Amino acid sequence: MLNFLTYFVNGISLGSIYAIIALGYTMVYGIAKMLNFAHGDVIMIGSYIIYTSMVTWGLDPLLSIVIAAAGCTVLGIVTEKVAYKPLRGAASSLAVLITAIGVSYLLQNLALLIFTANPKSFSSVVSWDGISLAGGELKIQGVTIITIITSLIVLLALQTFIKKTKQGQAMVAVSEDKGAAALMGINVNKTISLTFAIGSGLAAIAGALLCSAYPNLTPYTGAMPGIKAFVAAVLGGIGSIPGAMIGGLLLGIIESLSKRYISTQLSDAIVFSILIIVLLVRPTGLLGKKVQEKV
Amino acid sequence: MKFTKQTKRDLYTCVMVILFYVVIQVLDKAGVLSFHIKGLLVPLCYYSIAAVALNLVVGILGDLSLGHAGFMCVGAFSASLFSVAVKESGMPAGLRFLTALIIGTLMAALFGFLIGIPVLRLNGDYLAIVTLAFGEIIKNFLAAVYLGYDEEGLHVAFKSFQLKGEGKMLINGAMGIQGTPTDSTFTISIVILLLALFAIQNLVNSRAGRAIMAIRDNRIAAEAVGINITKYKMLAFTVSAAIAGTAGVLFSHNTSTLTASSTYFGYNVSILILVYVVLGGIGNIRGSIIATAILYILPELLRGLNSYRMLIYSIVLIVIMLINWAPAAIAFRERYGIRAFIGRKRENSGKEVS
Repeated sequence: MLNFLTYFVNGISLGSIYAIIALGYTMVYGIAKMLNFAHGDVIMIGSYIIYTSMVTWGLDPLLSIVIAAAGCTVLGIVTEKVAYKPLRGAASSLAVLITAIGVSYLLQNLALLIFTANPKSFSSVVSWDGISLAGGELKIQGVTIITIITSLIVLLALQTFIKKTKQGQAMVAVSEDKGAAALMGINVNKTISLTFAIGSGLAAIAGALLCSAYPNLTPYTGAMPGIKAFVAAVLGGIGSIPGAMIGGLLLGIIESLSKRYISTQLSDAIVFSILIIVLLVRPTGLLGKKVQEKV
Repeated sequence: MKFTKQTKRDLYTCVMVILFYVVIQVLDKAGVLSFHIKGLLVPLCYYSIAAVALNLVVGILGDLSLGHAGFMCVGAFSASLFSVAVKESGMPAGLRFLTALIIGTLMAALFGFLIGIPVLRLNGDYLAIVTLAFGEIIKNFLAAVYLGYDEEGLHVAFKSFQLKGEGKMLINGAMGIQGTPTDSTFTISIVILLLALFAIQNLVNSRAGRAIMAIRDNRIAAEAVGINITKYKMLAFTVSAAIAGTAGVLFSHNTSTLTASSTYFGYNVSILILVYVVLGGIGNIRGSIIATAILYILPELLRGLNSYRMLIYSIVLIVIMLINWAPAAIAFRERYGIRAFIGRKRENSGKEVS
């Protein structure tokens, strides 16, 4: 039972990380209607920034995260402006997807050139040891607790931002109907930039948590969690913020438990099977809205 | 005999491949080719075949598949399994390899068909991510499975196990299949590349091919004129998977060890093949072969550039997509009458019908 609980809590922690990444995916997908394949690599870049400022420059962990968040925000805005914006309105939706794959490749290979392929051992941004329950038999690591709390704060902050502020409402409007939003005086380009900025900033936070939990940083660190977070976003219903949270948590728990009880090697296969089943049975995900295709 | 423009273009592609083969043979006889270069020839062929197969889905059908490495994996494993199993039975090597090729191709076609049923109901981004998911599932499954036979018969498990008495491990989990006969030669690979080209060019120029392209250009209009969308999508996807499987057979019979690792069959390989297709021109079959040849051979020759190779690829990939697809760039080209840099000729297909 305790064993089960340990893996369950780890699953929630992993799921919280997926959820934060999935929030970025789901916001960008909701507004720009594109799968930002490079999102996972923004996480990796964020982690490298934190690594550099913590280990090389010896800065405070919190300050490092702020620097990384700022760096990723700029990165997100720049990639959107340079690579994705010119393709808005292109005849084929494949174009922007392939471009996003190109950006993903670019970021990975830039990191490969600058930081080499040697894995960097990331020192955790959380220095708290955590708590012991049940007379020391059930240990919950500090980073696990911090991860779960952070993701809840991020979720609440984001919900409040979207529901209560003008900018947030503008985002909802743009995701519903770009043309109508523009007629209402909303600056569509600025709103899309803002979405990329927020998504990429969240990616930096996700990177800090991911690398604190799994301290092995390589240029390919972000790719797999990025794809799994997309699975989480689809599972929860793409475009829905609470959906991304629920999808992320479910996915993390399933992955953690299947690693323990079924097979380590097959856990990825199980995660991807879930994506396929969801898309076939309920393509809009758990909390997604149904969209009618128009001629 | 009179040829249409399209037939001529297709013939040039085949002639180009044959010329390449002749040149390589001459250079080989002259002793110019190093051992290293000769080792690149078979991989060049199977990546070309895979690129041509992927182009059928991406360029002709207009759907993005990120799972073609998975089909290569199916072809590679099923064919290797056969070859290893019959290696000691005294079957002539030529017949064995031919059977292996057929088995690999058919198995990949079967998987393409089965995966196509659910996948082709989806569109765009979802289709891409689900094909990626299937590719990863195939790879992870084959990396985890153990298959062996002994006195008690065939055993399949997801854990390592001991064989009793006389027997052999066929698939050894993450260690994969050992001892595949190295039957793939440059000549056979070129012949298969030509066959693949023949199959795809014929498909593209047939009634079915035109139906497939109609679906790509406007699915709803195609449906309205009575084209069976599901049937033709399945046809293109299955043929593409089968040919990717053939490429996989050549892959597995090129070296004696076959493992389902990310380096060989991960989604990164699918993306690499996609890079070949995009840089050669989406929908341009000949372009895929040329791009594969240049992108595969050139960096190997310029060893010093190697660390920058992928960086350059990615920048070129982004730039080509922007030049070819950005509405502003298309408008610019139309105003000054410049042809698309690389890519399929788009007669009015870029314009929305309103």
